[in-house]
Amino acid sequence: MSRAHSGQEAHLQEAAVNRITQCFAALRTQKRKALIPFITAGDPNPELTVPLMHAMVSAGANIIELGVPFSDPMADGPVIQRASERALKHHVSLRHVLDRVREFRTRNNATPVVLMGYLNPVEMLGYEAFARAAAASGVDGVLTVDMPPEEAVDLVTALQAHAIAPIFLLAPTSTPERIAKVSALAQGYLYYVSLKGVTGAATLDVEAVGRKLDEIRALTKLPLGVGFGIKDAATAARVAQLADAVIVGSALVQKIEQLEHEPDKIMPEIAALLAGMRRAMDEPSGRPK
Amino acid sequence: MLTAKARTTTYTSLPDANGHFGPYGGRFVAETLMQPLEELRLAYERYKNDADFVAEFDHDLKHYVGRPSPLYLAERWTKQLGGAQIYLKREDLNHTGAHKVNNTVGQALLAKRMGKTRIIAETGAGQHGVATATVAARLGLECVVYMGSEDIKRQALNVFRMKLLGATVVPVESGSKTLKDALNEAMRDWVTNVDNTFYIIGTVAGPHPYPMMVRDFQSIIGREARAQILEQAGRLPDALVACVGGGSNAIGLFYPFLEDAAVAIYGVEAAGEGIDTEHHAATLCKGRPGVLHGNRTYLIEDDDGQIIETHSISAGLDYPGVGPEHAWLKDSGRASYVAITDNEAVQAFHDLTRIEGIMPALESSHALAYATKLAPTMKKDQIIIVNLSGRGDKDMHTVAAREGVRV
Repeated sequence: MSRAHSGQEAHLQEAAVNRITQCFAALRTQKRKALIPFITAGDPNPELTVPLMHAMVSAGANIIELGVPFSDPMADGPVIQRASERALKHHVSLRHVLDRVREFRTRNNATPVVLMGYLNPVEMLGYEAFARAAAASGVDGVLTVDMPPEEAVDLVTALQAHAIAPIFLLAPTSTPERIAKVSALAQGYLYYVSLKGVTGAATLDVEAVGRKLDEIRALTKLPLGVGFGIKDAATAARVAQLADAVIVGSALVQKIEQLEHEPDKIMPEIAALLAGMRRAMDEPSGRPK
Repeated sequence: MLTAKARTTTYTSLPDANGHFGPYGGRFVAETLMQPLEELRLAYERYKNDADFVAEFDHDLKHYVGRPSPLYLAERWTKQLGGAQIYLKREDLNHTGAHKVNNTVGQALLAKRMGKTRIIAETGAGQHGVATATVAARLGLECVVYMGSEDIKRQALNVFRMKLLGATVVPVESGSKTLKDALNEAMRDWVTNVDNTFYIIGTVAGPHPYPMMVRDFQSIIGREARAQILEQAGRLPDALVACVGGGSNAIGLFYPFLEDAAVAIYGVEAAGEGIDTEHHAATLCKGRPGVLHGNRTYLIEDDDGQIIETHSISAGLDYPGVGPEHAWLKDSGRASYVAITDNEAVQAFHDLTRIEGIMPALESSHALAYATKLAPTMKKDQIIIVNLSGRGDKDMHTVAAREGVRV
């Protein structure tokens, strides 16, 4: 593999997996859990994406998951699908999303950014070209929801060559064999989908999540994030007692949708929502013993 | 039986263990569905060779569906075209009026064996929805059918039929409001209710094992046609012609002939208003490889990898993807894929109706239209088999509206 990258690009790549790893290491010493908000890039308009990312960091986000809009988001519920549709009205493609990350990095070189989306836009760009461009933009991790480990070897190889963490889902239906298979390929953290269903579905059974996390922990040393069904500060705090990271998506995207026509209110309201979760997660009673 | 070492890949040896047809197919779904798909594969592998299951499937095809469907020599039409003899495989005579029921009978029996109590399906033209609602009614299973709201308008009659059969028809308002969006929505239902629900996919697309399983159930078409033409004409055909949306009727006809190198194979896609316009659904003719709905295949997409809305007069061909085995047959050169416009299909609809007294579905009319081009280029002692995959009753409103007739 050619290593003809500029010094700065090489530095960004070096930092990539480390940004996620360093983030979890730092939180561990502080005995805090990661708060990971998800928003779809370009929702409700492309201009708001980068300011919103900065606002979320100020409100206590540790890692940002940035959704890449796709026309057929099969694993998402209606809330995230509509976010994709709003972004696609502005023709926000994978290339534009990478540009937004690059813009974010001009003011923030510490907070990890993970792209979350579907495989087809990545296929269109080509795995190697995508991995190179993503690394150059300052992306730290990539989660393609419709790509299980069985189909992932080529993309994982390309991502790792550019020091980007391949992030994978685990689900209530994942058997021990599958958990082992996924863990062997994954880096950064594992995203446990806490519900059978799509994003934005019903609220979750925290105790069932805890049992499954114990099973997963026995098979991997990677940090565990929990997403799907976390709608408020109280749930975030309870999940933070069990997991290494709390992932919040539909609750934020729903707020963005409600304020679509009052975009000035989006940043403060999202920040307030996240700050509330952050406070609840950091309460002494919320900390693990 | 060839040894593993001596065995080269033959057309009928695919897919491989992970559901790949060359670079196509596979299993591209979120983690939640991986284990349910594996359970489905194991159940299918177990029952497809189970004597009781096979006997029950054969029995139902014979006594409930009405198989074997005839292979009919269209003599007047052949004479008018002045070339090869055209035989029609009469899937339009099946119970529910199309080939779709071959597959739903098979999958519903599998659902019963797996102890599932709820059936879901997606539908475009409504034929697969009707075929699913039909078998669900017969087995006493709850049935939910997802259908794009645009298709619901185009196929009101089939919607009414599904409701009469006791199914719940859920309109899908997202995206282009057609088949692809119905498929997204059915997949979401399945991921949420996977414990008690069996998802009957209607075409040879989707994640492994669906393309293989649906092909196997539909292969009854080609197996019958092969035996019938040998009996009636004493020889194999020179060409096969079938329409391709997702491609289940086509693969059903083609598969038992794939190793017969002398049999030319033509899949006919929907050119809509023309394949050089933006309004077509000719995925293999004009698309590029990508990943959608659980498999890698040809897609109609833009330069950013977003799926583009397609157009065809026939809802059943209005789909931006295609079964992965067809993608493989195209790349390998075993089959040729061509396209027929809305206008050509409607002309063929009228021709067959007036000349043979058979009203074909608009989907099947695409295959018939290509046969009208192909036959005159061939000798009179040559043979074409066209899959008449469905009947045209459901399309009366579409044809009437196009011609300014109020019915």
